Amino acid sequence: MNGTHVWIAIGLTVAGCYLVKLIGLLVPAQTLERPLVQRLAALLPVALLAALTAQQTFATGTDLVLDARVAGVAAAALALVLRAPFLVVVGAAVLVTAGVRALGG
Amino acid sequence: MAGARTYKTGRERARNVSDVAEQTAHPATGNIRDRSSAGTAGGAGKPDSAVVRDALGVGVAVGLSGFAFGVTSAGAGLTLLQTCALSLLVFTGASQFALVGALAGGGNPFTAAAGAFFLGTRNAFYGLRLSQLLALPRSAKPFVAQWVIDETTAVALAQPDRRSARIGFTVTGLTLYVLWNLTTLLGALGAEAIGDTAAWGLDAAGPAVFLALLAPMLRTATERATAGVAAVLGLGLLPVLPAGVPVLVSALAAPAVLWLQGRRTRNEEAAR
Repeated sequence: MNGTHVWIAIGLTVAGCYLVKLIGLLVPAQTLERPLVQRLAALLPVALLAALTAQQTFATGTDLVLDARVAGVAAAALALVLRAPFLVVVGAAVLVTAGVRALGG
Repeated sequence: MAGARTYKTGRERARNVSDVAEQTAHPATGNIRDRSSAGTAGGAGKPDSAVVRDALGVGVAVGLSGFAFGVTSAGAGLTLLQTCALSLLVFTGASQFALVGALAGGGNPFTAAAGAFFLGTRNAFYGLRLSQLLALPRSAKPFVAQWVIDETTAVALAQPDRRSARIGFTVTGLTLYVLWNLTTLLGALGAEAIGDTAAWGLDAAGPAVFLALLAPMLRTATERATAGVAAVLGLGLLPVLPAGVPVLVSALAAPAVLWLQGRRTRNEEAAR
């Protein structure tokens, strides 16, 4: 991984994420209170998180693969259905993935 | 005894994180008075110690998950300094995970940062509520801004009055900031020490974190449809578009689903 590229990405993310936090505190309330803007803002993380979950579960680079991670993320989904705390959800995914890999999956 | 109670209120507060997302989705119900009466049993005059206890519960529970970030970031190939810089300066978990995931997947710095940025835009809507609730002086806002995230907002909005909200916000923010950065460092050091993080299943931590953040948001058919379309786009476009771009394109699922829903509503109204 190219170090300069990583630092550029970090710099942009630092600036962008700080600015959106600050903008929320500074703008007058009614600017962002329009229903369509609010609905879109609530739905945007849903789309991004779903795409990221799918990619990091089923892809390596640009190739689609089925490996031990699928079992791990399935375990995390089960933990979520059982309303487990956040750390248990992540722990379940890690343990099951490691277990399946150890068994040769 | 006290520990068990802290744990319980901590979990209740943690659930409120998803309520904040719900609130941004439905502004009509997002009235601060409703939230405070639903979020706390005590009502007005909640003791400061109770607020601090709730805030510590959330701060400690979520702060510890910095381990997962430190490990994931180091496993993705970022240096110790890069990993710690992200937790110190970005300080919004989902964006940090998204950035290191995109960089590990070979995305260029601009598409990688764009995905992280779009995930961070929800914090602007939290800031909007907090600036009214906490009644911040203008000069304090640049300093307070870094702590405007899911958890601090959830705790502050759950308090019955301004004093409690300010205490809740500050204690959650401070606890979370200190622990998140400490555990990021320890996680990254741990990952460097064990070498092959994938052998330990640690490459599954990232998607599990995303899923845990996503799950409470999937409340209605609209959210589930958006998530389904976005997941299909994210995977389907992976072989044909440059790395990092498919995630950005999949974000279009949000306006697309809203547009289709709006059109259907209009058609139903016209048919009546």
